[in-house]
Amino acid sequence: MNEWLFLAFDLFLLFVLVGIAWLTCSTREIRRAVSLFVAFGLVLAVIWARLKAPDLALAEAVIGAGISGALLLSAMGDYRQQQDAAHENARLAVWAINGLVIVLFVALIWGLWHALERSDGVRLAENALAATSQSGVSNPVTAVLLNFRAYDTLLELAVVFTSVLAVLALGPKRQFTHEVASMQHSMVGWLAPVLIIVSGYLLWVGAHAPGGAFQAGSMLAAAFILMQMSGVHIDKMVGVTNLRWSMVVGIAVFTMVGLAMLKLDNGFLFYRNELAKTLIIVVETAATFSIAVALTLAYLGGRPEGWEQKRASSKTESSEESAS
Amino acid sequence: MIDYLALLSICVGLFFFVAGSVGLLRLPDLFSRLHALSKADNVGLAFIVLGVATLDGDPVNIVKMIIIWLLIMAASSVSSHLIARHALRRRKDNE
Repeated sequence: MNEWLFLAFDLFLLFVLVGIAWLTCSTREIRRAVSLFVAFGLVLAVIWARLKAPDLALAEAVIGAGISGALLLSAMGDYRQQQDAAHENARLAVWAINGLVIVLFVALIWGLWHALERSDGVRLAENALAATSQSGVSNPVTAVLLNFRAYDTLLELAVVFTSVLAVLALGPKRQFTHEVASMQHSMVGWLAPVLIIVSGYLLWVGAHAPGGAFQAGSMLAAAFILMQMSGVHIDKMVGVTNLRWSMVVGIAVFTMVGLAMLKLDNGFLFYRNELAKTLIIVVETAATFSIAVALTLAYLGGRPEGWEQKRASSKTESSEESAS
Repeated sequence: MIDYLALLSICVGLFFFVAGSVGLLRLPDLFSRLHALSKADNVGLAFIVLGVATLDGDPVNIVKMIIIWLLIMAASSVSSHLIARHALRRRKDNE
């Protein structure tokens, strides 16, 4: 009886997910697509929880439903009224995308069938689970992310950093001059500290339960974005330059830890067993802070000040040189 | 016995959620839809939290669930207020 209920629930989730994905891609209005995308993130978080991956469910809930929602809605505000003018190559592009999606779908099905039916059953996860006790933490996901595959996490931080750099280069800083409702302002007055405490809890609990640096960092970013939207202007309080430098802290600390381990003749990011717990805490704290600031900057946007003036002055200089 | 009471509570919560969704689909105006959604969903969540907390039994988890319920109530009230405020402003500007 229980099995049938779970199967019904899983099938229901599957159909809801595919249905929402279909609707998101096929609606004409941007607003409806954005709201459906946020709902898609929520259903995906439930599916991760159902697949017994609570760390992924936490990350998907915070980033997919929270931060992506904020980014998409503010981008939609910039979109204004643009008519859905169909370009000449739109039909070709649609067919190309459909073809690529079908190829990807077939490849995923083949890979899944191979993994479930044809493999010999030996999984790398068993080695990881066996070695977790020596890694300094007891949550196997955190052990893999921050100890066994710490190099991958370092590169992930670099990817986040690079993408935020790209976002920062796109346009001027987002202005927050609208009048803030008093109810929102007063709620954020007590909600933002709660969010910061919960993010610290997620960081600390990641050692022995679902949690970790990415979840805590994105919840801290959600707190900062909420504050920014509600009249507490972080970019003016802290200074945008300081925010940009704080983005680098995570990668810097991670790399320095790795180089220190290299110096102690172990190897880059090879932790010694007795130092592992301390190093993981240090790296995770720096990564949390850095991820939070990076996601907040992705929301704030903003080319460096004086960029337009510099560009204009260099143009006038070069035109004067070519004229003289 | 306790399990059946908890199951009943969860079913009542589900009924309130369904009622809220029906209200979202069938009510004519934005404001009445907001009203139905926020009130019915919060009461539904309260009943579901009651049922699940009874089933769970661990005091730490019960406190966490009650905190989650309070936070969702606060967030949904403020966001409904903001949506209604924005719609009212837009209606006044259009007149």
